[in-house]
Amino acid sequence: MISVSSVANLKGWKGIWVFIEQEEGCIAEVSFELLTAARLLSRKMELAEVSAVFLGHKIRELSDELLIFGADRVFRADHPSLEKYLTLPYTRVISELIFEKRPEIFLFPATSLGADLAARVAARVNTGLSAHCTQLDINDRGELMQVVPAFGGKVMATILCSNHRPQMATIRPGVYRRGESQEKKGTIEDVPVEIRPEDRKQRVVEVHWAKKPAQTIEESEVVVAGGAGIGNQEDWKLVGQLADVLHGAIGGTRPPLDEGWISEEQMIGQSGKTIRPKLYMGIGISGVIQHVVGIQDAQMIIAINNDPKAAIFQNADLGVVADFRKVIPLLIEELKKLSKDKPVP
Amino acid sequence: MNIVVCLKPAPDPKRWDSIQLDPVTKALKREGIPSVLGHLDKRALEEGLRIKEKHGGKVAVMAMAPPAAKDNLLEALAMGADEGYLLSDRAFAGSDTWATSLVLSRAIKKLGSFDLILCGSYSLDGSTGHVGAQLAEFLGVLNVTQVAAVESITEGALRTKSLMERGYRILETLLPALITVNREINTPRFTSLLGIIEAESKPLITWSAADLGITGDEVGLKGSPTQTGDVFLPEMKRQVEMISGEPEEMIKVIIRKIRQAIG
Ligand SMILES: Cc1cc2nc3c(=O)[nH]c(=O)nc-3n(C[C@H](O)[C@H](O)[C@H](O)COP(=O)(O)OP(=O)(O)OC[C@H]3O[C@@H](n4cnc5c(N)ncnc54)[C@H](O)[C@@H]3O)c2cc1C
Ligand SMILES: Nc1ncnc2c1ncn2[C@@H]1O[C@H](COP(=O)(O)O)[C@@H](O)[C@H]1O
Repeated sequence: MISVSSVANLKGWKGIWVFIEQEEGCIAEVSFELLTAARLLSRKMELAEVSAVFLGHKIRELSDELLIFGADRVFRADHPSLEKYLTLPYTRVISELIFEKRPEIFLFPATSLGADLAARVAARVNTGLSAHCTQLDINDRGELMQVVPAFGGKVMATILCSNHRPQMATIRPGVYRRGESQEKKGTIEDVPVEIRPEDRKQRVVEVHWAKKPAQTIEESEVVVAGGAGIGNQEDWKLVGQLADVLHGAIGGTRPPLDEGWISEEQMIGQSGKTIRPKLYMGIGISGVIQHVVGIQDAQMIIAINNDPKAAIFQNADLGVVADFRKVIPLLIEELKKLSKDKPVP
Repeated sequence: MNIVVCLKPAPDPKRWDSIQLDPVTKALKREGIPSVLGHLDKRALEEGLRIKEKHGGKVAVMAMAPPAAKDNLLEALAMGADEGYLLSDRAFAGSDTWATSLVLSRAIKKLGSFDLILCGSYSLDGSTGHVGAQLAEFLGVLNVTQVAAVESITEGALRTKSLMERGYRILETLLPALITVNREINTPRFTSLLGIIEAESKPLITWSAADLGITGDEVGLKGSPTQTGDVFLPEMKRQVEMISGEPEEMIKVIIRKIRQAIG
């Protein structure tokens, strides 16, 4: 195994890289979010250069957008064999680029594609990788501090990668926001790509894109979420009705997903979505950290739980100690009345 | 088909409420919590068993874990696996995903040739979802993550359906390969009484670091590129206003708050 990074030569590693996820000729929003994360880190690292690593085919026109939203440089690998994501060619192109250019930090989206690629790259270049970071910072030794919800989800842990480079992390969509557009002034560098025999060991037979849901839970200003405390499918309808009157989206914790009341797309938390709505209402949710990490940035949190000691109350703006069956139907009625008085546009 | 399924025993999530953080030592106290197999790991095993039933061959299960994980491997043998391998050594303690994958890859190489390796898409506790891809890299084989269905295995090629955030992909991959499975893939079988009895006589082998030719500084805390620094309780930023009592009264407060949030 090649070990490129040893304690002796940590100094030669410079700059912050962001992997740009792209699908069907469209850059995924999370890529812009990670450029924001990189810019924030750069300020704490003597303005280290931020580079976007962009692979695909016919992506020339898209590259400028990266320069406008935070990249100082774009490493662009444009080749027919990179049109659709495949683990091996992507890993090879990126690993070779790492060996050549030596970035100090490399950020990937914690998406199914991003995690697959980041893990494989980290193993190949022999460095550490942390998963699902909720916060990034630079410590006084100049190292990347990667905060992750830790074992049991009861606690948070700071992960360091002191003796290897690059320091790699995956970050969930929604943790950072796309920055303001700026005057474009960076540079684009084309990366040569060659195909190898092993690239032919895997092929994409077909890709099936789901129709984009009308309003995703991440985009919604109001999210009504239910937990195991709802108890059964029949009562789950109340969650939907409340979301309806508030023109919001429905979300939930892991147990409702396991029960089949919600889909994977609707689970909020560490292994689900990070949301930042204006209003989050959590009903029958105990509030363990795995869920709470996904709602921390909501502007208003209202929690309804019949257990006054439920952990969610430590994280709420309004804590309602009650059986939801007694409160929610009344609340829905009242809100309906109000919306009749003042129709929502 | 020579199949290997990687299983990670982890403390039972139902008991995680009893995990405490020692405020002084910052150590996590989790004594006495029994380990269980993750639901995705069980699905990985189920899929391995189904593939064996269809194509013949044998299924080995493997876990890198403390000695008590023998019970978890016995459970896997009772479900129908043919042989179990427990990779257990003090030197493995504190391994991150990189080091864990390295240990697993050495053990699989020691087993000899294989056609298919199955993992969960993510484990119960670590839940990084990185071990599958890293293990495949160390073994020099292809990997397919987030598999929701194995559609066919013909002439040395595997056809799978993998989930992505906004849809799915059908991939064709030459064997040998590694796949990580999702909850959609199947519903694991229960263990039968007969299975439990049979499990007792199946091979269950323990390998130490020395058995795998691994030196102490390649793995464990020393060999892991990542280190865990501060462990802390998540910060609570909000000032909560608590209400209880008559529903009618509470609704007034709730509506006031809703208005405050969304006007
Ligand atoms: C690796 C890992 C990752 C995970 N990732 C996530 C994740 O991303 N998102 C997630 O949500 N979970 C996740 N989980 C699961 C998480 O640990 C918890 O199990 C889950 O969030 C608990 O969901 P809950 O609050 O709905 O259920 P519970 O903890 O069972 O809480 C139910 C609550 O409902 C209340 N209740 C009961 N009846 C009523 C009533 N009539 N009226 C009002 N309140 C009532 C109870 O007091 C209780 O507080 C993960 C777990 C693991 C192991
Ligand atoms: N210690 C281990 N022993 C055996 N298999 C493991 C171990 N750790 C992880 N795995 C496998 O890798 C998968 C993903 O784990 P993780 O990367 O921790 O989320 C698990 O579902 C297991 O199949």
